[in-house]
Amino acid sequence: MRVAVTVNGTEYARDVEPRLLLIHFLRDELGLTGSHWGCDTSNCGSCVVWLDQRPVKACTVLAAMADGRVVRTVEDLARDGQLDPVQQGFIECHGLQCGFCTPGMMMTARWLLDRNPDPAEAEIREVLSGQVCRCTGYENIVRSVRWAAQHSAEHPGGSQ
Amino acid sequence: MQVPSHVEYERATSVEHALALLGRPDHCVLAGGHSLIPMMKLRLAQPGVLVDINGLAELAYIRENGGQLRIGALARHADLLDSNIAGDRFPIFHDAERVVADPIVRLWGTIGGSLCQADPSEDLSAVFAGVRATAVIRGQGGDREVPVREFHLGPYETVIGPGELLAEIRVPVHPGAGSAYEKVARRVGDWSIAAAGAVLQLKKRTIQRAGIGLTAVAAEHFVAAEAEDFLRGQPATEENFKQAAVIAAEHCHPVPDQRGPEDYKRHLVAELTTRALRRAAARAENQ
Repeated sequence: MRVAVTVNGTEYARDVEPRLLLIHFLRDELGLTGSHWGCDTSNCGSCVVWLDQRPVKACTVLAAMADGRVVRTVEDLARDGQLDPVQQGFIECHGLQCGFCTPGMMMTARWLLDRNPDPAEAEIREVLSGQVCRCTGYENIVRSVRWAAQHSAEHPGGSQ
Repeated sequence: MQVPSHVEYERATSVEHALALLGRPDHCVLAGGHSLIPMMKLRLAQPGVLVDINGLAELAYIRENGGQLRIGALARHADLLDSNIAGDRFPIFHDAERVVADPIVRLWGTIGGSLCQADPSEDLSAVFAGVRATAVIRGQGGDREVPVREFHLGPYETVIGPGELLAEIRVPVHPGAGSAYEKVARRVGDWSIAAAGAVLQLKKRTIQRAGIGLTAVAAEHFVAAEAEDFLRGQPATEENFKQAAVIAAEHCHPVPDQRGPEDYKRHLVAELTTRALRRAAARAENQ
């Protein structure tokens, strides 16, 4: 079937099987490999992207369901060479080690900050509770998001 | 790599369109997809044609009307959790939704999909059975209403037939009622080992109405009917809550599995039923 999806502001049309998952559409059809294919069971959240402004685990949605809709991936966080405050926060606070979970963590964090620019630590932990990091113990991820909340004025990139 | 088997895809443009498509053989509703797609990836489900209803905004609402809370089948878990009117009338909905999966999954999974999935460990079946909700099932000939206590025929099986679609869940609002949900799971976001929901309406500390829903312990129709019968007309005391909880634990049929042995699950049913009744009564009294 023909699927047309606007990804990071560009419309892409491809002929795909209806059973193709969105994560494979993004990575294999469009070459956008920033979104990671992790557990394949809706548990780890490495594949989180935005679908119509809301985060979704892209291993649990069909590319066909995104037809005519808008997708945003981690490749779109930096704008005009300026990192999103969330990205800068992950650098400043050592929010990643191996980096595998990072794209999903950052997409969810960006969504949280757009809805609540000053989230408490408990809110950050709650919203990220469906995403798994096996390196950091989460402490530095939470600090990174807090850093982004505190420095969004100096790093205006990213937020829509 | 988990790949669903071959499937066709249709996008419904209206409820009527969806009903026409669903009347054909081997057509299956695709809503949030957060149960169906994982099952398709494991080849536990192999529908021939998916009918995507995500565009049917007319099925996505939560409102109060005529003494009933009305929840459109396409309302998302996050919508129910965000709904002040739902949380105000039925705190049990917010208690339960806080422990359904995780915040990202809750943005997509639907209320109707949870009921139709009919997973024995799914939380909302017990919640809606406990509060004596009614399912409104739409077909090309019109609507029919089925009590949620008669909606599930067994695991993964409901009364919805070919050419039908769950449209709405209606919950009677009883002024002064209190409700609560208590769940124990192995980790955040996991299925229940066991869970209990309770709704109580009191008059001068006497129980006028009682509803008890049980999750993941093979309670018939997801409820503890014998415990409800015991409580009706009794004073709302700790002793009666504990006695009702013992009755609830005796009458369910938990299956030993990797989440725990049978005796542990019965213990959980008794403890969680007591806690849910206690909290439901406190909420009823604080109104």
